[in-house]
Amino acid sequence: MIGHLPGDRGETDPPAGPDVDLSRERDVFRRTAAPARRRTWDILAVIALGGGIGSVARYLVGEAFPAPPAGFPWGTFLANVTGCFALGLLMVFILDVWPPSRYLRPFLGIGVLGGYTTFSTFTTEIVARSARGAWPIAGVYAAGSLVAGLAAVWCGIVLARAVAGLPVRRRGSGA
Amino acid sequence: MTLLLVFLGGIVGAPARYLIDRLVQRLHDSVFPWGTLSVNLCGSLVLGLVLGARDHLGLPQEMVTLLGAGFCGAFTTFSTFGFETVRLLEEGSVLEAGLNTLGSLVLGLLAAAAGFALAALLV
Repeated sequence: MIGHLPGDRGETDPPAGPDVDLSRERDVFRRTAAPARRRTWDILAVIALGGGIGSVARYLVGEAFPAPPAGFPWGTFLANVTGCFALGLLMVFILDVWPPSRYLRPFLGIGVLGGYTTFSTFTTEIVARSARGAWPIAGVYAAGSLVAGLAAVWCGIVLARAVAGLPVRRRGSGA
Repeated sequence: MTLLLVFLGGIVGAPARYLIDRLVQRLHDSVFPWGTLSVNLCGSLVLGLVLGARDHLGLPQEMVTLLGAGFCGAFTTFSTFGFETVRLLEEGSVLEAGLNTLGSLVLGLLAAAAGFALAALLV
């Protein structure tokens, strides 16, 4: 049961790979021998460390590409799109390729990449540009981030499947 | 110093996102990623408040860095939003994927604008 993450719903919903335990939500009330407290705290600690590292990385990207108040926010855009690509790549390896690992997904997926990418800065940057009348920038930034972000996730998934020798297109939950 | 503030905010924000996401996901049985939507909307509201407080109430830059770039940045996530949306598309839940994308954007902008407006009201 080392690979079993109690209630690990941080990154995705039930449609997941075959080696992910989908029964976990039903098991919430079942008593287990392992001390539940320790099992949660070590996961939280790993997520916290990853979140701190990812946040600093995002901040440094923002410093490298400073955005004028009414200009295109390249820093957030680049962090979000590269983070989406990395998460797509990572999740294929975590769910379908690598053996189950207790800390890999909390640390890299939920922590580092969750902290590296941001939604709140994205929305406030759009609102701030709209408030200054920079509507074209706000619109292009909003639509561009969504399209590029989703495309980047898809590219990451496809690349990882190709590298791992898995079928690139997949329908259904793999059950 | 600035990097330390960002790091400290991120250390709190990321596990807070995990806990709230888990809590919200337990409350429903659908494929829709309500958990991520919830944290992204809450985070947008709070960051709007923080930036509004900086502009109108003179919140010190250190606090803006800690709460904004650190906490709110790590509390909300774009990558999980993107991954969950692509996953919905792959599973054939096209309507949910579209609703998640449009809903996250529109409600997120409203939440951020509400945060800014709330801070302006407090002056």
